[in-house]
Amino acid sequence: MEYFLQQLINGITLGSIYGLIAIGYTMVYGIIGMINFAHGDVFMVGGFVSLIAIVALGITGGSGFFPIILALVLVVFIAMIIASAYNWTVERVAYRPLRGSFRLAPLISAIGMSIVLQEFVRIAQDGRPKPLQPIVTGGYEIMSRAAAQGEFIVRLSNMQIFIIITTLILMAIFTAIITRTSLGRAQRSCEQDMKMASLLGIDINKTISITFIMGAALAAVAGLMFFLYYGVTDFYVGFLAGIKAFTAAVLGGIGSIPGAMIGGLIIGLIEVFWSAYFSIEYKDVAAFAMLAAVLIFLPQGILGKPEIEKV
Amino acid sequence: MAIVPKSNDVMTETQPLNIAAIAKDVLFTAILAFLILGPILGLKTFAITGSLALEQRWGMVSVFVAIVAGGRLAYHLLVWNKPQAKPARAISMPTLPVMSFGKYIIPVVLLVAIFLPFLPGVDRRIVDLAILILTYIMLGWGLNIVVGLAGLLDLGYVAFYAVGAYAYALLATIYLPAWFGDGIVPWAFFITLPIAGILAALWGVILGFPVLRLRGDYLAIVTLAFGEIVRVVLINWSDFTGGPAGIGGIPRPSFFGLPFTDGEGGFAAFFGLDFKPIHRIIFLYYVILVLALFTNFVTMRLRRLPVGRAWEALREDEIACRSLGINTTSTKLTAFAIGAMFAGFAGSFFATRQGFVSPESFVFLESFIILAIVVLGGLGSQIGVVIAAIVIIGSFEVFRELNFLKAVMPAGFDPVQYRMLAVGAALVLIMRWKPRGFVTRREPSVILKEKKAIPTDLVAEGHG
Amino acid sequence: MSAAGQDVLLRVEHLTMRFGGLTAIGDLSFTAARNDITAIIGPNGAGKTTVFNCLTGFYKPTEGSVILTHEDGKQFLLERMDDFRISQRARVARTFQNIRLFAGMTVLENLMVAQHNTLMRASGFTVTGIFNSPTYVRANREAVEFSEYWLEKAGLVDRADDPAGELPYGDQRRLEIARAMCTKPVLLCLDEPAAGLNPRESEDLNRLLLDIRKEQEIAILLIEHDMSVVMGISDHIVVLDYGVKISDGSPAEVRNDPAVIRAYLGVEDEEEAEAVVESAVAAAAKKPARTKVAAKKLPARKKGARK
Repeated sequence: MEYFLQQLINGITLGSIYGLIAIGYTMVYGIIGMINFAHGDVFMVGGFVSLIAIVALGITGGSGFFPIILALVLVVFIAMIIASAYNWTVERVAYRPLRGSFRLAPLISAIGMSIVLQEFVRIAQDGRPKPLQPIVTGGYEIMSRAAAQGEFIVRLSNMQIFIIITTLILMAIFTAIITRTSLGRAQRSCEQDMKMASLLGIDINKTISITFIMGAALAAVAGLMFFLYYGVTDFYVGFLAGIKAFTAAVLGGIGSIPGAMIGGLIIGLIEVFWSAYFSIEYKDVAAFAMLAAVLIFLPQGILGKPEIEKV
Repeated sequence: MAIVPKSNDVMTETQPLNIAAIAKDVLFTAILAFLILGPILGLKTFAITGSLALEQRWGMVSVFVAIVAGGRLAYHLLVWNKPQAKPARAISMPTLPVMSFGKYIIPVVLLVAIFLPFLPGVDRRIVDLAILILTYIMLGWGLNIVVGLAGLLDLGYVAFYAVGAYAYALLATIYLPAWFGDGIVPWAFFITLPIAGILAALWGVILGFPVLRLRGDYLAIVTLAFGEIVRVVLINWSDFTGGPAGIGGIPRPSFFGLPFTDGEGGFAAFFGLDFKPIHRIIFLYYVILVLALFTNFVTMRLRRLPVGRAWEALREDEIACRSLGINTTSTKLTAFAIGAMFAGFAGSFFATRQGFVSPESFVFLESFIILAIVVLGGLGSQIGVVIAAIVIIGSFEVFRELNFLKAVMPAGFDPVQYRMLAVGAALVLIMRWKPRGFVTRREPSVILKEKKAIPTDLVAEGHG
Repeated sequence: MSAAGQDVLLRVEHLTMRFGGLTAIGDLSFTAARNDITAIIGPNGAGKTTVFNCLTGFYKPTEGSVILTHEDGKQFLLERMDDFRISQRARVARTFQNIRLFAGMTVLENLMVAQHNTLMRASGFTVTGIFNSPTYVRANREAVEFSEYWLEKAGLVDRADDPAGELPYGDQRRLEIARAMCTKPVLLCLDEPAAGLNPRESEDLNRLLLDIRKEQEIAILLIEHDMSVVMGISDHIVVLDYGVKISDGSPAEVRNDPAVIRAYLGVEDEEEAEAVVESAVAAAAKKPARTKVAAKKLPARKKGARK
C-alpha cells in the first residue's frame, strides 16, 4: 500500500511533465494538423537553457528558500523566452513555407529540424550528460511503515510539490487563454476551418506563430522541471519524452488541452507503475505499446470526437 | 544554425528600397539569432568536481549572429529587392531532366556500377562507399514499395533491417553450426539470406496487421514506436540477442564455399590469383549489387502486376479501391511484407559485411535516412532513390574529406562532428525547394498507344 | 416495366441507419427489379447517399437487411458483407457523388485496377504472374481489350494514356462509370452522375447510360436531382424525405403523388408546386432524356416555396 502510494505520487509528478509537453503537440496538431517532431527537442532546449541559467546564477541547494524561488521564477522566464524563440523560428523556417504542400514534406522537414536542434546542442554543449546537484531539496514524510517487512517511507518531496503546483497554475492560465480571450477564439476557429477563419479576418500566420510560442513556453517549463526532477539532462532526452508526450496528446484526444493533461497523467502513471511492478528496462516498450494500442483502438482519444468516414 | 528566416511582410513591399523596414527586420533577425545562439552556444557547461561550470564564448556567438544578420541583409538587398523580382519562394523549380535523359543515364549508371571495382583509380575506400550506398539504395527501393507505391508512411522500417541482420547473425553463429555442424558455415550466408527475408516479411505482416486502419501521421508514429520497441527488446533481451554488446564473430561470406583466405583452399589459390584482402570487398560489392538489382527488378515487375497497380490505386484513393472489390487489408499487408523482405535481405548483407551487429545500428535515425532517401528521390521513383542515396550517403562521406578545414578552423574542430547537423539542415532546405523530391514524373504501368509521363502534382501522396 | 411482380434483384427491408442520435434512414423498404432503372430521389439531406453506402458496405446499417439475388438464384446478404466483397462477389458497382478516380494514374490504368480480381487470379496471386506466365499475359491482354471496349463506349479512347486527373469534369464522370462497368456488375449504383455537368457533357452521359441500359444486362440504381433525367429514363422511382420513404412507384405515379409535391415544395403552395412539377415533367416527356438543356431543376425543399 505504501509502495503503491509512493508510485502514485511519482507517477503524477512525471505525468504532469508529460502533460505540459503534450499541450504543445496537441495545440499544434489541432491547428495545422502536423506532428511537430521538433517539439520534444524544444523541450530539451528548455531544459538546457534552464541548466545554463541555474549555473550562471549560481543557485545551489543551500541558497535558502526565497532566493531559490525567486531565482527559479527568473530561470523559468528565461527558458520560456528562449524556447519560444526556437519554436517560432522552427515554424517560420521549416513549416510555414510547406504549409498546404505535399504531406510528407513537412514531416521530413520536421524530423530534419529535430535533428538540427539535437545536433546543435550536442556540438555546442558536447555530448556528455550534464548532472547537477539537487536545488529544491527536502520534503515531507507522509506515511511510514515500521520495520516488520523492512522500513518503507512514503515521501512527497518539495520538488514534487513544486512540479504539481506549477503545472496546475499553468493549466489554469492556459485554459483561461483558450476559452476566454480573443486569441483563444482565433485559435479555435483556425482549428475548425482555417480558410474560413482567414476570410473572417483572422491573421492565420500570427495565430499559428502564437500557438507555437505557447507550446514552447510550456515545454520549457516542463524541460526545467524534468531536469530538476532527474538532476541530469542531455541532448537526446527530447526524443523519448517527445514521443511519450505525443502519445499523451493522442490518448487525451488530439486538439483538447485538458485531454493532453489527462493523457500525460495516464502515461506518467503507466510508466511509473510498469517500472515499479514489472521491469524498468521495458518501461519504454510499455509506453510505445500504449501508443500503438491507443491509436489503434481509441484513435479519437478520451476527450476527442469520433470521426465518421466520409464516402 | 545559419538559417535565415524569411519574412513575407517585407517581401511584399519591395519596390522602393524601404530602408527602415529592412533595418527593423535585420535587427529583429539579429535579436532572434542572439536568443537562439546566445545561451546554448555562448555558455558552454563543463563538469568540475561534482558540479558544473560555464565557459563563456561570446566571441563565437557574435560572429554567428553577425553572419545571420548579414545574410539576412544580403538577402534583402540581393534577392528580394532585385529589379525583376521573380517569386522569392521558388517551390516550382524546373524538374531535373532525369526522365528525358533517363534512357541514356540508366544504362550508363548500370555499366559504371557493374565495372566499378575495376575502373582505374578505384580503391578499397571507394568500393566500401559504393557498398554502403548500394545498401541504402536497396533499402530505399524496399521502402519505396511501402511509402512510394502503397502510400503507407513507415517510420520504423529499420526494424525489418534489424530482423534480417539478427536472423543472419544468430543463425550463422549459433543455430546453423549447432544443427548441421561447422561445415555449413561457409554457406551460411546463402542459406540464411532467404530465411532472413522470410522472417522479416513475417514481421512486416505482424507489425502491419494492427496498424492497417491508421492513416497519415498516426501510422507514421505507430510504426516509429514499433521500430523503437524492436530496438529496446534487442537491447534488453540479452540471453538471445547479446544485449547492447550485440553479436560478434559473424562469419564472412565465402565465394560459394571458397573462403577469402590466404593459402590452400581459399578463393585466391583456387583461381590462381595472388591473395589480396580486396577480393572479399569486391565480392561483397557484387553481392549487394545483385541484391539491389534484384530488388529493383522485382519492384518493376510488381508495378505491372495487379498487386502493384492495386498498391498505387490504394495510394490514390482507398475508398474507390474498396468499391472496386480490392481487398485493401491484404493489399496493404503484401506491401508491408514485400518491403520488409527486402530490408531483411539487406540486413543479412549488413551483418555479413560488418561481421558484427548491435542495436546501435538500428536506431530511428536510420529509418529516417531511408525515408528521406525515398522522399527526396521523389515518391515511387526508382531512379530518384539512386540519386537521393548518392546525395545523402555521399554527403556523409564528404565530411570525412573536409580535413583541410581543420587547418583553417580553431583547434579541436572536427568536420565529421557536423555532418548530421548539416544533413538535417539540408533536408529542411531541400524540402522547401522541392517538396516533391528530385524526380517528379510517374511512369504509367500499362500503355494503350503512347507513353506519357504523369506529373506527380496529380499523384496522391496516400492516406495511410 | 414496374418493379412489381417482376424478377427482383435487390430487396431492401426495414433498412435503418442511425448516426448517434440522428436517424439518417428510417425503416426503408423497397425493391429493384433486374434490368430496370430504379431512381432514388428526394430533397438534399434525405439520406439517398446513405442508402448507397449501406448497399455497398461502406456503412453497416443499424437495422434491416439488403438481399441481392443473382440470376442463378444465389443470394447475398449485403449488410453482412465487407465492402470489397460486395463488389467482388455480389457484383455491385458504384460511383461517387464527388468523383473518386485514381487521379495520378492513367485512364487505362484506372480501368485495369477495376479488373483487379480477375487479373489477380490469372496472375496466380502474383506468384506465377511475376514470371510472366502465359495465363497472366493472356488475361492481361484481354483486360486491356475489355478496357478499350469501355473506353470506346465512354468516348475516351484518345485519352487512354493521359492521367485521369487531367480529364475535364464530364469525362471524369464517364470514366468513373466505365470503371465501375469494368468490374462486370449486375447492379450499378450511380450517385448523381449528372451533377455539375454542362449540357453537352450531360448529353454524352445520357448516351452512355442509355447504351449501358440497352446493351448490358444490368440493373441501375440512380440518385439524381435532375428531374428530366429521372422521369425520362427510370422505370421505377423511390422518393425519400428525412430518411423515410414517402412514395414508391412508376414515374407517372410518383409525379402525381401529393406527398412528393409537398416534400419538394412545402405545403403552403400546393397548386404552384404541382404546376412546377408538371412543367418539368412535360419538358422531360417532350425531349426524353437525351437533352436536358431546358430541364428545370426543382427548387430544393421549402426555401423555394416561400419565394
